[in-house]
Amino acid sequence: MLNNIFFINIVRFLVLVLTQVLLLNHVDFLGYINPYIYILFIIVYPITGNKSLLIFISFLLGLTIDVFSDTGGIHAGAAVFIAYLRPFILKYSFGISYQYNTVKVSNAEFGQRLLYVVSMVFIHHLVLFLLEIFNVNHILLILKSTLFSGIFSTILILSAITIFSKKSK
Amino acid sequence: MQQILFFFIRNKNFLLFVLLFSTAVFLTIQSHSFHKNKIVNSSNYITGTIYSIKNNITGYFSLRNENNLLVEENARLRKHLEAYKELAISQSIDTNSLNYKYKFVSAKVINNSFSRTKNKLTINKGKQDSLTIDMGVITSKGIVGVIDNVSKKYATTQSILNTNSQINAKLKNSKHFGSLIWNTKEPNIVQLIDIPRLAPVKVGDTIITGGKSTIFPEGILIGSVLNFSQTEDKNSLVLNIQLFNDMTNLEHVFIIKNNDASEIKNLENNIENVE
Repeated sequence: MLNNIFFINIVRFLVLVLTQVLLLNHVDFLGYINPYIYILFIIVYPITGNKSLLIFISFLLGLTIDVFSDTGGIHAGAAVFIAYLRPFILKYSFGISYQYNTVKVSNAEFGQRLLYVVSMVFIHHLVLFLLEIFNVNHILLILKSTLFSGIFSTILILSAITIFSKKSK
Repeated sequence: MQQILFFFIRNKNFLLFVLLFSTAVFLTIQSHSFHKNKIVNSSNYITGTIYSIKNNITGYFSLRNENNLLVEENARLRKHLEAYKELAISQSIDTNSLNYKYKFVSAKVINNSFSRTKNKLTINKGKQDSLTIDMGVITSKGIVGVIDNVSKKYATTQSILNTNSQINAKLKNSKHFGSLIWNTKEPNIVQLIDIPRLAPVKVGDTIITGGKSTIFPEGILIGSVLNFSQTEDKNSLVLNIQLFNDMTNLEHVFIIKNNDASEIKNLENNIENVE
């Protein structure tokens, strides 16, 4: 059982990285809008899983994307940021008892799931574009990119969760 | 002592986060300065190989276009050649013995970005093909960027669509010099700044490289003037340049190797040291 989860996570890591760098980094919708779907890994990571491990894996995940897209450390930074904030966002979206009643992201109520995904995506994108553009004078560009890419990513991530979740009935 | 230990155990997530986040910020800042991102770049073996595989597959889709480009360039070069035939002496020359100042290496773009503020390209030639940092990259239509990292088989290029890029360029007609920068707004429009206010500029004028650096030879095409305006202090002009290259579908590029680059660099360094 443990091996199974381990294996699933490795496959998920590789598939998400390759999808991101080979496909989604080249979408360039309207010239500059790209979805960042690789954070799905952090979003669907088991809620009761080891938190330090998640922060470390997120760093590796972000760094891998950075190596492929020559962006220094911006993805690593943004990924670590939401990995650290995840417990707080979980508490905020699923209520204080999320740890005990074994909520799964894929079969939670739609409203809660939407709130959780949207918070994760937008915080990630904001940090990402802040680090990428690295200039307060371009704050409008940062907010614009965050908004448009964020909407795009949220739609893709929600569909991916729906498509790949196992029917629990 | 025990309390310190407890402190670390209690806050281990926070400390890990701070450590990794600062590493990421450090890498980001480092990547903002040219030449310095030695660790995180796509010219390494694994990413290079994956991008090559992808390019082998997707490369077929643009073959027709690339062929047309090559035919066009052949035609243009043939025209040039005809012009030289008149001048050249009839005896045949051993081209190997000629002392060229510039050498050209052809390469293929295996990864290209143009939608960010600091865009990079990855090409499939590296140290093996005697590429080094600071060589210029062009296509048959115009300039593309400058090499900033090389590995054994691959190299990354800082595109002219990068806020760190600054290239010496001039007006073809009046020889006024300026710097070519990019304001991140449009992927095929760059800006030429520091052109004197009195320079005669017309919409449609051609912009070429200036040849004041060791990277690009003089006279490589860049683009044409789209429109221009004065800066706020009214001392110089800012020109919007429409690039001749379509930066969004680059495929085959040439790398320019300046044989005198090291000599010029040495000389300039010596002068700086004396000062």
